[in-house]
Amino acid sequence: MNTVPVDYYVILSAVLFTIGAMGVLIRRNPLIIFMSIELMLNAANLVFVAYASVFQSFSGQIFVFFVIAVAAAEVAVGLALIVQIFKAKKNINVDELNSLKG
Amino acid sequence: MHLSESISSGFFFLAPWLVFAPVTGLLINLIFSKSFKFSENMVGAVASLASGAAFIVSALLAYSVSLNHGEAVSVPFAQWIHIGTLQLDWTFRVDSLSTTMMLVVSGVGTLIHIYAIGYMHEDVRFKHEEGRFTRFFLFLNLFIAAMMILVSGDSYMMLFVGWEGVGLCSFLLIGFWFEMDTLARPSWANSNAAKKAFITNRVGDFGFLIAGFLMFWYLGNSFQFDKVFEAAKTAPPEIIVAITLFMLIGVAGKSAQIPLYIWLPDAMAGPTPVSALIHAATMVTAGVYLVTRSAPLYTLVPQAQYIVAMVGAGTALFAATIAVGQYDIKKVLAYSTISQLGFMVAAVGMGAYVAGMFHLITHAFFKALLFLSAGSVILGLERGHHAHAHHAAHDDNGKKKKEGKKKEEHGNHDDHGGVEHGETFDPGDMRNMGGMRKTMPVTFWLYMIGTLALAGIFPFAGFWSKDEILLDASLHFSSVYWQLTIAAFFTAFYMGRQIWMVFFGEARTDAAKHAQESPKVMTLPLVVLAVLSVVGGALNLPFEGFHNLTHWLSHTLGEVEGLPLNVPVAGISTGLALLAILISWFIYGRNPLKVNQPDPLKKPLGFIFTGMENKWFVDEGYFAVIINPFKKISAFLADVIDWRFWHDFVHDTVILGTYNWLSEIALNEYADQKGIDAFANWLGDATQSVSATLRKLQNGFVRSYALSVLLGVVLILGYLIFK
Repeated sequence: MNTVPVDYYVILSAVLFTIGAMGVLIRRNPLIIFMSIELMLNAANLVFVAYASVFQSFSGQIFVFFVIAVAAAEVAVGLALIVQIFKAKKNINVDELNSLKG
Repeated sequence: MHLSESISSGFFFLAPWLVFAPVTGLLINLIFSKSFKFSENMVGAVASLASGAAFIVSALLAYSVSLNHGEAVSVPFAQWIHIGTLQLDWTFRVDSLSTTMMLVVSGVGTLIHIYAIGYMHEDVRFKHEEGRFTRFFLFLNLFIAAMMILVSGDSYMMLFVGWEGVGLCSFLLIGFWFEMDTLARPSWANSNAAKKAFITNRVGDFGFLIAGFLMFWYLGNSFQFDKVFEAAKTAPPEIIVAITLFMLIGVAGKSAQIPLYIWLPDAMAGPTPVSALIHAATMVTAGVYLVTRSAPLYTLVPQAQYIVAMVGAGTALFAATIAVGQYDIKKVLAYSTISQLGFMVAAVGMGAYVAGMFHLITHAFFKALLFLSAGSVILGLERGHHAHAHHAAHDDNGKKKKEGKKKEEHGNHDDHGGVEHGETFDPGDMRNMGGMRKTMPVTFWLYMIGTLALAGIFPFAGFWSKDEILLDASLHFSSVYWQLTIAAFFTAFYMGRQIWMVFFGEARTDAAKHAQESPKVMTLPLVVLAVLSVVGGALNLPFEGFHNLTHWLSHTLGEVEGLPLNVPVAGISTGLALLAILISWFIYGRNPLKVNQPDPLKKPLGFIFTGMENKWFVDEGYFAVIINPFKKISAFLADVIDWRFWHDFVHDTVILGTYNWLSEIALNEYADQKGIDAFANWLGDATQSVSATLRKLQNGFVRSYALSVLLGVVLILGYLIFK
């Protein structure tokens, strides 16, 4: 059976990660930022499962489960925060959330 | 060692109860007497039973030893210190010597416990401290336990534990009435006596400790008796001499020998049962026991034996002379005890261990008898004093009013009237006695028996034991023999003097006139002791087929030939004793002492009597030679060295001065403002400007933080990849 070389996965993952990182840095809407974070996490997941299949090891896959679980928890907390911020400010633009500035 | 089989036959497994029976009594009285409101009789009964149980155990052990054909048995009880090859265990040694000591200690001890129930009942009331009754019996039980540890130990280490334990009990009991003097006036005299005993004993213990260290170092790295004695056989003799002589210092401390005997007369500050138990019958004989126990060491070095014998003989004679010049009934007996201990030490020094032990046993009987009888006399006098004072108070109201003020000062004299005879009445002073054979007949007869036994009159116990020592001395050491014989003469003389002064003639005070006999709880134990003082000699009669004690102790001390009675030696000592009593009658009996009359010996003997009266000024000598220079050195160290040199000079002048000088140089206003202030201000300014720069990084934009994180990750990854 013809398998896809692992390099492709790694490149894809790097591309996805870069897109995610750029999204986090550039966009101002926290919902988009969250989506970008998910993109980065899943880029990492992709590398994990790719190498898990190369090395025939389960540990990479188990990591992925953890990452998914943690990401879900993170989103839950983050969305709750966003709701609260919107209630307080009628606005969720991250550039206006700068009251911690020195 | 074939311990298990020996232990299974006989009662050897009971050995730990020697110690734990009295400890149990102590704990019962300590824990329950308050909460269950024990009566005095209950407390006394618990303590006496505890001591009696120890006696029963001792008897069973002695029986087991005889079943075992006199073989020594070691009963391991507890591990104490195990470090590497060093093993110190608490093991009981049950052999004929230790069981003999156990029987004496617990037997005499039990009788004294019973006596003390009656004695302390009145003593605490005369001193208005009823609450202290229980404490006395706690201490007595503790003493029995410690003494049992001493005599039953299997090693010098356990012996030393007991040795220190009895020293502690001695201290506690001498200072039992610590806040008063012997006449119950507020003072620190009694506690000073306790301190004197303890400190003097510490000097002796120091010698014992050095002996122990030498022993451990040179004799097989052990304290265990058998191992030490085995190793001693091949050790160089000078080591043994050093060990035995250092041990002699310990013996001199505990058994009140020259030069450390000075604490024992002062120890009479304790209640009389204590004087009888600790300072006459048992604890002070620990030194004699120690030498007897160490017989295999002393036998190796005759020169050390000679010194021991000379110390003992010298003490016997020296203390006997002092006893002649004393007025206090207990002081006479105290010096007599020192003198008799001298006899024992001389005996064991000469290698006559059996004779020494024999005298130890009989002396325990008759000296306990004498002390307890003296206690009975003192209490009888005190009763007479209080009864008379009470009587007089009713007769003479005017006098009572006049004394009213004094009564208030003395506080709780409530039902005794509180009439004082100008100065405090001393119920122990023989000059306040006289004619007491009529008022205290039972005590009189008991005292007579004790006196005859002590004076060595045939056939009382003291005759046989003293004679055995004299006989041994006459065969080996003529100088010791003569010293002891003269001491025996003095012994009979001062005891005769005491009898005539206390019991004969006319009463010299109202108290003596109204003295009352003691109750049965006090006289019954005395009767037992009196019987023992009469028949105690039967333990070791010097006739063919007897010599029981010699045979019994030979299992431990090796075979000794029992000497037959030597008629000239016995005749000379008995004749001298009778002569001494006759002389004492001429001086004190024929013309009884009158009130305020000085001692009839004072004039003819002059300064000699003054010397005897004042204990040959030994205490003063110690003060002049040791204590006062010591105090001066202490004062010098405290005042000159510590205060003037260290405090005034080093601290105040040198250190403080330097500091002040440095402050003025380095910390003046200019340096302060231009140097230190400027630096501190610069520090503050710098901090401010740095933080003003750095706060700009904290811009509050989430995305710039994310960028920083990203850059940081890139940097770290780049380093890891390209390093």
